[in-house]
Amino acid sequence: MKFTLHIWRQPSNSDSGNFETREIDGITPEMSFLEMLDQVNMQLTGGGEPEVAFEHDCREGICGTCSLVINGVPHGPEWGATTCQTYMRSFEDGSEIWIEPYRAKAFPITKDLIVDRSAFDRIQQAGGFVSANTGSAPDANAIPIAKAVAEQAMDSAACIGCGACVAACSNASASLFVAAKVTHLATLPQGDPERRARVQKMIAQMDAEMFGSCSNHGECEAVCPKNISVSVIAQMNREYLRSVATSDT
Amino acid sequence: MILDSKTPDGPLAEKWDRYRADSKLIGPGNKRKFKVIVVGTGLAGSSAAATLSELGFQVDVFTFHDSPRRAHSVAAQGGINAAKNYQGDGDSTWRLFYDTIKGGDFRSREANVYRLAQVSTQIIDQCVAQGVPFAREYGGLLQNRSFGGALVSRTFYARGQTGQQLLLGAYSALNRQVGLGKVNLHTHAEMLDVIMHGGTACGIVTRDLRKGAMTSHFADAVVLCTGGYSNVFFLSTNAAGCNATAIWRAHKQGAAFANPCFTQIHPTCIPPAGDFQSKLTLMSESLRNDGRVWVPKQPGDKRAPGDIPEEDRDYYLERKYPAFGNLAPRDISSRSAKEVCDEGRGVGPGGLGVYLDFSDSIDRLGESTIRERYGNLFHMYERITAENPYQVPMRIYPAPHYTMGGLWVDYELMTTIPGLFALGEANFSDHGANRLGASALMQGLADGYFVLPATICNYLNSKPAINAEAAKESGRATEAQVKARLQKILAIKGSTPVERLHRDLGNIVWEACGMSRSGKDLPQAINDIRDLKQRFWETAAVTGHAGDLNMTLEKAGRVADLIELGELMCRDALTREESCGAHFRVEHQTADGEAVRNDQDFCHVAAWEHTGDDTEPNRLVEELEFESVNLAVRSYK
Ligand SMILES: Cc1cc2nc3c(=O)[nH]c(=O)nc-3n(C[C@H](O)[C@H](O)[C@H](O)COP(=O)(O)OP(=O)(O)OC[C@H]3O[C@@H](n4cnc5c(N)ncnc54)[C@H](O)[C@@H]3O)c2cc1C
Ligand code: FES
Repeated sequence: MKFTLHIWRQPSNSDSGNFETREIDGITPEMSFLEMLDQVNMQLTGGGEPEVAFEHDCREGICGTCSLVINGVPHGPEWGATTCQTYMRSFEDGSEIWIEPYRAKAFPITKDLIVDRSAFDRIQQAGGFVSANTGSAPDANAIPIAKAVAEQAMDSAACIGCGACVAACSNASASLFVAAKVTHLATLPQGDPERRARVQKMIAQMDAEMFGSCSNHGECEAVCPKNISVSVIAQMNREYLRSVATSDT
Repeated sequence: MILDSKTPDGPLAEKWDRYRADSKLIGPGNKRKFKVIVVGTGLAGSSAAATLSELGFQVDVFTFHDSPRRAHSVAAQGGINAAKNYQGDGDSTWRLFYDTIKGGDFRSREANVYRLAQVSTQIIDQCVAQGVPFAREYGGLLQNRSFGGALVSRTFYARGQTGQQLLLGAYSALNRQVGLGKVNLHTHAEMLDVIMHGGTACGIVTRDLRKGAMTSHFADAVVLCTGGYSNVFFLSTNAAGCNATAIWRAHKQGAAFANPCFTQIHPTCIPPAGDFQSKLTLMSESLRNDGRVWVPKQPGDKRAPGDIPEEDRDYYLERKYPAFGNLAPRDISSRSAKEVCDEGRGVGPGGLGVYLDFSDSIDRLGESTIRERYGNLFHMYERITAENPYQVPMRIYPAPHYTMGGLWVDYELMTTIPGLFALGEANFSDHGANRLGASALMQGLADGYFVLPATICNYLNSKPAINAEAAKESGRATEAQVKARLQKILAIKGSTPVERLHRDLGNIVWEACGMSRSGKDLPQAINDIRDLKQRFWETAAVTGHAGDLNMTLEKAGRVADLIELGELMCRDALTREESCGAHFRVEHQTADGEAVRNDQDFCHVAAWEHTGDDTEPNRLVEELEFESVNLAVRSYK
């Protein structure tokens, strides 16, 4: 297979960027999208040119590192899949492919296709935890948790922190990401004691990081590689309202 | 150098309690005076950093990833063991200990393994308190599943994402400390060397992967939690970024490297599809419960699997191991697959694959039952291969997966460098010559949550005073060496892509030091690796410069270290004249191909001491003494 690639190149955050066009041949349908980019980079470095900088690690859809916008869609055409789980058989031979980084104020571009997602960590540091020092825990079976409740918690805990939800949202909102953690912990009895403070602190940090507000369009859910439901956002909003209404801090 | 394991006296079951009762504590006011550097934020690093900070130590934690949550622990699927005996099926600390010792083919230290089994139960308590959503029964209690090498159900899991959920738990504990301002988190920070002073570790040199800046960091102790080295093989189930630079640099500074040839090859992975392949994906071993493994009887049989009649198929595991059949342990299943492929009977591209066929189970149980059991795995398989495993048999092939070897550590998890500790997959401590499923997550969290926080005080209490100015001087010298090495790499200006060189290394090590090893092939491999090393330093294509985000340079530095480690693996495999666990020397097998252990000469840990770039390393030995178990022969027939 062969393709015409338009790849976003930008040497650093302070430089301006542009699409660079390259032809690539000898691609097979079994290659993953990132393996196709590996071929591009081997050609570039072998010829003494700087490679295209893009992030990746596990290459099996779980670490949340890969983060490309392919033909305008975060993580590309395959539903419920990350960039690294996207295969070249999803593209028509001979077609053009546009590859660019996530675009969001809170995710500044570092270089080429890499953005800085540290805002996500800071939101988690603000409140995405249960305060339980090591060694202080009661027996794991001391509090039974209904299977359905545990499954529901797991559904939202499945977030891989890739940021596609932000990239897809016209307001670059981080609501799906924050709500997934708020819902995970609010669903479980272990998360209950801190639920009010947690939702307030995480939302305050999300705002401080310059993420936009939720547009209610659901684009986030459509691109989420873990199929996290927008219903968690409604749950977060309820948690928030309840916390301001009853906050005693 | 002598290897003193510092194993406490007393009966096995009392050693850990006695150790803790006897160790000198550090008062809360004084803990603040000590600073600890933790490198790595996987299960071992995140849990250690969070716990040390909770106890009051100053902690600086480093990861080369952009976030602590990306560490490769996130990819673990199957589960984590603990001797809770919640199923009432006869599990106990002793049984978990024994299974682990036996699974490791009697090449690990009894006292460490017993302690691991002891603290396993507290790990589950801690994780549940953090909100880890483990699988539950309808009654609300925790659910367990069985894993290879055990006759009890002791594995806790969270769907197929156990590693992710445990890591997010440890990450949240770490985040809490970062948010409180008690842990300094350094992301995109790659440790490139240990700073030594007066024979002890007093800091590290890091490079900021975003900006290229080099920094020296100083502390009272340095803890390496930097994961395993399966990427020596290039193709493995590890993430692309996994590498051995931290432990290899430490090794070159004086930390002995134990059992480097003990590496585990997982039998059920999706085979490579071509020579562009960048990594291999694990398929859960549980599939072997309902799938039958076979290849055509005749080499070169190119018929579609459905056209090959029963009498032309060889169900080789069922034939060779009638008792365990398709559930034979990892090392045996992997080796058998390689054998049939070497005979030209492999299937799929390049003949690197064997069938895992579900058609009998589908006929017997119905497609819906199979879908219920393995639906997500079948889906993942189809996404990668574009083949529907309900209709055509899966193709699987073994892949490098886990490294039992690592930095030698004593009972306190300290390496042979005073002040330098190693936790998790980076050390060699608990799995001997073969690791059982669901035991790596347990070990990483045991080390980080419970063991190191209790053992580090002994060192800190008695550590030699280091003059800060003198330490800084050492830091400057180390930093200069690190910079010089990067410049040397950039000066090569060759035209062989680093990835190509890495693949070549992988091929050499895979052929000579993979599933089977021989006294004939290993010396040749050592020579080939030396040639490759030369080729690297003469022809590697590394563009750009050091003062900038430069992924080619990062990769090149890591590959240069993996090449040297690959040589040590082969050397270790060559000197260990026995077959044990995952280490199979073809000269040491029974007439029907079973491993023959040599307890007389090799019931020991081999730990290698670096003596210089151009001199041969020293092989040190820690004898293993078994006081509580009898050395038995593993048999699965
Ligand atoms: C696909 C797969 C499935 C698995 N499934 C299971 C399972 O079901 N059960 C089980 O028990 N085990 C399983 N394992 C094994 C287990 O996941 C690992 O052994 C374990 O998670 C390793 O944890 P760790 O903390 O030691 O290292 P890692 O999680 O690998 O973390 C290493 C950390 O070190 C950092 N680092 C490394 N080098 C440097 C450096 N030079 N400078 C700065 N930072 C550095 C990295 O950034 C990272 O944060 C699986 C492994 C794989 C690959
Ligand atoms: S590289 Fe890990 S999710 Fe894509």
